[in-house]
Amino acid sequence: MIERGHHDMGGLPAGKVERSEHDYVEWERRVDALMVLLSGIRGQKRMTVDELRKNVEAIGPDAYEQMSYYERWVTSITQTMIQRGVITTEELGRKMQEVQNRERDGAA
Amino acid sequence: MNEDNGRYQPLSYFQLMEVSLRELLVEKGILTDEQVRATVDDMRSRGAERGASVVARGWTDPGFKARLLADGTKACQEIGLDVPALRLIAVENTPAIHNMIVCTLCSCYPRMLLGLPPEWYKSRPYRSRAVREPRTVLAEFGLAIPDNVQVRVHDSTADMRYIVLPMQPAGTEGWSEERLAALVTRDCMIGVAVPKVAGAAGAA
Amino acid sequence: MVQPSFKPGDRVAVRKAWPLGHIRTPHYIRGQVGSIERLCGSFPVPEELAQQRSGLPAQPLYRVRFLQREVWPDYRGGADDALEVEIFQHWLEPA
Repeated sequence: MIERGHHDMGGLPAGKVERSEHDYVEWERRVDALMVLLSGIRGQKRMTVDELRKNVEAIGPDAYEQMSYYERWVTSITQTMIQRGVITTEELGRKMQEVQNRERDGAA
Repeated sequence: MNEDNGRYQPLSYFQLMEVSLRELLVEKGILTDEQVRATVDDMRSRGAERGASVVARGWTDPGFKARLLADGTKACQEIGLDVPALRLIAVENTPAIHNMIVCTLCSCYPRMLLGLPPEWYKSRPYRSRAVREPRTVLAEFGLAIPDNVQVRVHDSTADMRYIVLPMQPAGTEGWSEERLAALVTRDCMIGVAVPKVAGAAGAA
Repeated sequence: MVQPSFKPGDRVAVRKAWPLGHIRTPHYIRGQVGSIERLCGSFPVPEELAQQRSGLPAQPLYRVRFLQREVWPDYRGGADDALEVEIFQHWLEPA
């Protein structure tokens, strides 16, 4: 199984193409923007599209299928930033707690 | 606050990750909120118009079309299009050949010309089946390709990006570029549709 | 600079190898035989870029044309239907 990446799906059987149009929501657009900015299309390169792809490919098959496109992207970009040492897992954890608490307080 | 709904909803795990990552990157001086906003707005403003303008110019100017087919990126730059990082190959539909674009490995797409890709382009069914049974997939899009026309599928696996140059519809000779560009939809440039003149026989 | 080994029209085979790592040569095309449609240029190798390495020296990248009926044993379409894939030189051998 491992010799064929889950993403490497050309030629495999699949159902009908659902011609859905997806209205991108803001957080997805921001993820896309993060990738444009970090991959240095208009400035300093902080990561490559190849790392984005590699880290998307590293998402396990079940998770890959359940996650939406930009959920995979934000996961991959975040992993890349950790791998590159731009952020640490600890920093991310603390920030996520902070944001979550802020949201809860804001909604109270 | 989850601003995508009228009522409060907690952020999903991934939305939480996006906010957290962005705030950390801003705090570390790697990017600014203004850059993020400007980039979001830039991509939002990109529909398929740039791509359509390239096709329309190709239809009206044979010299441009030749240059487009030889070096797609240079041709876009020639008409003043801002297409950073794009390495473009334009493939021409003819009475003998119909072209179709896919990225089986992820979802590579000429975003700078066509905007963000449709959900179906990134989906498993399209990515899996377009290379294997293109005619059946095209039929699902309502496009029947005659047996004597070659279907050519391009898998965008590396650094190049692709746009289909459809055939100019009959009866549009002498039309302005602007009028022609309005016929060229995103789906025509991916290769799952062909341009149609409203009211023409066979048009939807 | 890695010199291009192939030119348009050359028959080439995609190497039959299934290594680990980030690879842009799709599974379905490995071992298949096609012909060089064009040289796209030379680019840093994605397999290396994915690992935070430079990907240099850049490798020639080709578009290779395959006949669908040769790639898929059960292909039911036009006899001339084709599939074109971008493949790096280090994945190609003369056929």
